[in-house]
Amino acid sequence: MTMRSQMTKEKNWSGQTMVSTDHLLFEAPRTKHFMTGSEVVKEAMKRCTVDASVSYPITPQSEAAHLIGELWAEGYIGTYFRGENEFGVMSEVAGCAMAGARVVTTTSGPGTLRAMENFPMWSGTRIPCQLILMARGINTPLTIQPDNLEVSFMLETGCMIWYAENVQELFDMTIAAFTVAEKPDVHVPIVTVVDGFFVSHTRESVMLPADDIALFPYDPYAAPLPPIDSEMPPGRFLRDPFVMKSNYISYATHASWQWEVRSACERSRPYAKHFLKGLIHTMGDADAEVVFVACGTASHQAKEANRELTKLGIKSKVVKLRTIRPFPHDELLEAVKGAKYIFIPEFNVTGWLDKEVTQSLYKKSEADIIGRPRVAGGMSMPVEAILKEVLEAVNKGA
Amino acid sequence: MSVDIYKINPEFRDIMPKDIIDLEENATWAATATKNRGISDLTDKKEILEEHSLCAGCPESAALRYILTALPVPEDTIIVNSTGCTSLMFPHIALHTVHSLFGNQNAVASGIKRVLDWRFPDKIKDVIVLAGDGATIDIGLDYTLQSFFRQEKITTICFDNEVYANTGGQESGSTPKGQVFKMAPKGKVFEKVPMWELAVTSGCQYSVKLTASAPKKVAKVLREAVLIARELGPTYIHLYTPCILEIGLAANEGLWEMKEQDKDRFTAFRYITPEAEVYLKECKAKGLL
Repeated sequence: MTMRSQMTKEKNWSGQTMVSTDHLLFEAPRTKHFMTGSEVVKEAMKRCTVDASVSYPITPQSEAAHLIGELWAEGYIGTYFRGENEFGVMSEVAGCAMAGARVVTTTSGPGTLRAMENFPMWSGTRIPCQLILMARGINTPLTIQPDNLEVSFMLETGCMIWYAENVQELFDMTIAAFTVAEKPDVHVPIVTVVDGFFVSHTRESVMLPADDIALFPYDPYAAPLPPIDSEMPPGRFLRDPFVMKSNYISYATHASWQWEVRSACERSRPYAKHFLKGLIHTMGDADAEVVFVACGTASHQAKEANRELTKLGIKSKVVKLRTIRPFPHDELLEAVKGAKYIFIPEFNVTGWLDKEVTQSLYKKSEADIIGRPRVAGGMSMPVEAILKEVLEAVNKGA
Repeated sequence: MSVDIYKINPEFRDIMPKDIIDLEENATWAATATKNRGISDLTDKKEILEEHSLCAGCPESAALRYILTALPVPEDTIIVNSTGCTSLMFPHIALHTVHSLFGNQNAVASGIKRVLDWRFPDKIKDVIVLAGDGATIDIGLDYTLQSFFRQEKITTICFDNEVYANTGGQESGSTPKGQVFKMAPKGKVFEKVPMWELAVTSGCQYSVKLTASAPKKVAKVLREAVLIARELGPTYIHLYTPCILEIGLAANEGLWEMKEQDKDRFTAFRYITPEAEVYLKECKAKGLL
């Protein structure tokens, strides 16, 4: 049986040499592998010295959850079990994190919505757990297909939200996620999103560092709130139950705590910038009038459109948002300078990213913001659909 | 942990309220007790519950005191709570307590217990859930039972007042059939949910139903339940703590109501597995009971 006490100064409990996040992400030599998003989650978690994970089956994240379970069976993860449903799982994850663990879980679509009450509780409890969200459509009608509408429900939970485009990004991002979430001045939950199936089930080339190195363990005693382990004075020893009192102090306590959670999220910016190499990534012509703003696989399709437009003699640029919470306002504004048209291709019916971008650029950009193309319910986003939107707008403008 | 964490920083001592200083100087921690903690400590020892913000005469406040004085190792006990009247008392308790959401208490406790076992395999860390009947039997039933199925090593205590009291007196699953409450204006149409029996069929090692009329009995049951949960698996205590407000009793009538119900809906029920029975005998031999 794996024991936490087997850890030494240099080795974690499974015998991996512990290294800094910088070393793991940027310095350690890498070799080429060919694997799916689900498989790469296992590889990432294997290198994260994870204390605990709780799982529940739902397509398309089930395989990632199975593979995390295998890591537990192999001795890499301290404790792991299948919960009763996503509401229970997210509460179990909260309990694990409160007791001082580095915790990861995964879910998709309907699972996210079932668990919803937990997410503001997570951020309010300031636990730095990681939810890997493999986005899928939400019912009804019954769907298991890729669609990222569920992310819109997560936007105001107080959790950080990052979005990975492909298998490689998923690997690097889920490692960086723990590191940033656990910074004492941040210390809020993090949701790392990928588009279900498109990333979870697609096999791609990835560059991975060796698996005999891993992150240092989470230190719960550096947290802004004491862990619930009876090893420190209880942080909840209050003489007054402020919750139920109807007075100014109780209102101010609740209000200021909510501000603090959002401020903590804001304080993640410099760390995210370092570990993600920028809150946004851009490609294409710097002075293009046609700009795509996207996240996840929609940005991949936008890059394809960029290549096609280049052939047609139309300059374009892709701005890929890597963090959604905190939202990269300054970086986005800088990246769309000179844009005449901003297209926001999305995999959902409501266009939540369009709303985010429009709000962010309100009175700051002269560009025409076009929330298209938008596909949903599992439809793919062919490059032709993007080109059609661009050519219509550009021809009308000309 | 040592009780040292409850020592006041000397720099702040002069501004500390009297009750905090009392807690440090005169509380009944297991580490400083000369004999097992228990009800007799209530009379002359500082409690780990200073005061409460429940209604005058509320049997819940008394029951909580009995439980807190009987904890085998309070300094290494974590209590997970839920929303409702009980959540009003928790901010006063000088232990690690959690209020998370309404109904998820057994799920949170499962996570805490599993990680404490992982982080501190050689230490005793007791995890107790204490929630009302709405939290345990209605909104949280799934999570309560699932923690029993999984054999989580936690003690679950339901303070059953047979009503949603904190929200203004609505029918709960634990309300007796026929009782008129809000949301049951024609009287409740189905029977009181026999949670103590569900606990047995769901895998609890120990399940007891009683009222809080006899303090020493409550303390004994609590101690047995915590000791069994520590070693063997889930234990359940179903405790009648009537809402005197909602059933129209005066502040001094709660005890009599519980004594009445000792003979009616809360006639004693005790289930224990043979393994737990043997284990309790060992505990007794070691002086733990």
